[in-house]
Amino acid sequence: MCDCCGTKKDIYLPNLATVNKARLMNATEMYLNLSMDDGQLEYKPGQFVEISVAGMGEAPITISSSPTQKDGFELVVRKMGNVTSAIHKLQTGEKLGIRGPYGKGCYPVEESKGRNLVFICGGIGLVPQRSFINYVLDNRNDYGEVTILLGTKCHNERFFHTELASWTRRSDIDFFETIDRGDNCWTGNVGVVTTLIPKVRTDLSSAMVFVCGPPVMYKFVLMALAEDKVPHKNIFLNLERKMKCGVGKCGHCQINNFYVCVDGPVFRYSELGIAPEAI
Amino acid sequence: MSIKKLSKQDFTSFVDTLVKTEKVIGVQAQGDKFNFASLESAKDLRLDYDVTLRPPKQFVQPNVETLLTFEVGGGYKSQYDNEKFILIGVHPYDMIAINQLDELFSQENCDAHYITRRNNATIIACDVVTASKNVFASSMGTATVHKGYDVLLTDIGDGYVAEAATEKGENLLAKATGAVNAGDADIKKRQQVWDKNEKSLNKHKLECKPSDLPKLLDKAYNHPVWEEKAKTCFSCGSCNLVCPTCYCFNVKDDTNWDLKTGNRQRFWDGCLLDTFTEVAGGHEFRKNRANRIRHRLYRKGMYVPAKIGGQIACVGCGRCVGACLTDIANPVAIYNRLIKDLGIK
Repeated sequence: MCDCCGTKKDIYLPNLATVNKARLMNATEMYLNLSMDDGQLEYKPGQFVEISVAGMGEAPITISSSPTQKDGFELVVRKMGNVTSAIHKLQTGEKLGIRGPYGKGCYPVEESKGRNLVFICGGIGLVPQRSFINYVLDNRNDYGEVTILLGTKCHNERFFHTELASWTRRSDIDFFETIDRGDNCWTGNVGVVTTLIPKVRTDLSSAMVFVCGPPVMYKFVLMALAEDKVPHKNIFLNLERKMKCGVGKCGHCQINNFYVCVDGPVFRYSELGIAPEAI
Repeated sequence: MSIKKLSKQDFTSFVDTLVKTEKVIGVQAQGDKFNFASLESAKDLRLDYDVTLRPPKQFVQPNVETLLTFEVGGGYKSQYDNEKFILIGVHPYDMIAINQLDELFSQENCDAHYITRRNNATIIACDVVTASKNVFASSMGTATVHKGYDVLLTDIGDGYVAEAATEKGENLLAKATGAVNAGDADIKKRQQVWDKNEKSLNKHKLECKPSDLPKLLDKAYNHPVWEEKAKTCFSCGSCNLVCPTCYCFNVKDDTNWDLKTGNRQRFWDGCLLDTFTEVAGGHEFRKNRANRIRHRLYRKGMYVPAKIGGQIACVGCGRCVGACLTDIANPVAIYNRLIKDLGIK
């Protein structure tokens, strides 16, 4: 019937990985640096893996590191359910299962070359975007102007402090940050991430714009981008859905006729336009 | 491949021979209804059944199956179901549903668990003798089937025409002592059964060609019918449960008593159920019931067809019509309503 019968290649079988580093970044976000036991994980910015904790189950998590980083790969996991709570208990040297990387819809690494790029990140939406951001920073001369907008709910929920501070210091990128609710410890911008869009110095109508954040964010960001007349073909949305298999079978991540796991998770807005369930 | 004729008595002895040495699953009466179950004796086999409560899908994609075993903190090991079995009495519409599943599970990321089980199956399909209350296979072009099975049986009154379609089927038929080569008259009678079924298995008549459904649905996304049906939908998932082409699944880990080993299982899930699209944090992407009903109908009439060369993923078995607690699941009623309101051109 097909090749897999002969080879018995099991698409559901995880490979083992070892935790190199595990560090809690704030109350809910855990940073992990992992290495595959059977060699290097080859991936593209935007792809995700299914993390497996035996006895608890699997969770799809986008790779946060850039493939230019050769020292293991990085994930950031928010403690939300059974699997992610179990991931939070992992310690250096412990094993976990990894399937993937998955997703044909990755960041348009080649198409973006020479173009001006704008990243709009809401909260933990920074994590998947960071894969492409760091790829661009590691190949800085290949890309035009880079603008990063980051909105976080409150000061305590910020993470990657050192990295964000280094972005602030760089003169070859524009990095703007805001928090939804201000407090005494915060002297920066206050307001939702869309309030940063007017600060973008790059001509938005010709830039490539990458959006990732909580479900509620997309509609408002797209409305703001429409005001700036950003063509839909230049907007890329990194979408999240419930996923079980990661390989286009289980049906959970389906958005109309698209599967986030196979066709995404990064979608060009002009191609998603006909999928009303997307946003 | 050969086409044989068996008298009913010869067929009974053939089945009795099979049950002695093989694992055989056949259609049997269950109260006043029918279901597929493990067959002990040919006398329990009911090839005159109308429709089974559950489709034969459960034997290629069980409602619960183990994908792999694991050791906590250690390795994972694939687990396959290697038991061979014979499935007797699969109606054409159910056979076509299995053919569709074959394609869906083997295309792109091939599912070795499904394929292994499928390869272990020998399927004896049979043409419909009694039309069920809600069947509309004639409307869907699924009243007869011409591939996928190993043997196809057709009741022609004084016996069965049995056609072997594969080597497995040929080997199986070789065990039918008393079988003779079917004559022209038998083949003609079989054709008459096919001709009759292609018209008569039609208790709900679809007012368009099945191939028109994708373009009909293309303009029906915002039609009020979805909200109207949702008003009385319980989101119970009965329509998913009895559907021969529904294949969505969930996965969970089950740890053994030693707390060190366990297995990862997949089990049926249904897109009508609340929480089907709920992610960690509580956001649910198809929270609205009308959206879930619409998604199911679009999957059958548009999304899945796009993956399998345009075949409509509703095979007209009518099980959902009967299973629905509030009588809203009839896909023909919905499609016909859309045709009436939106036209097919």
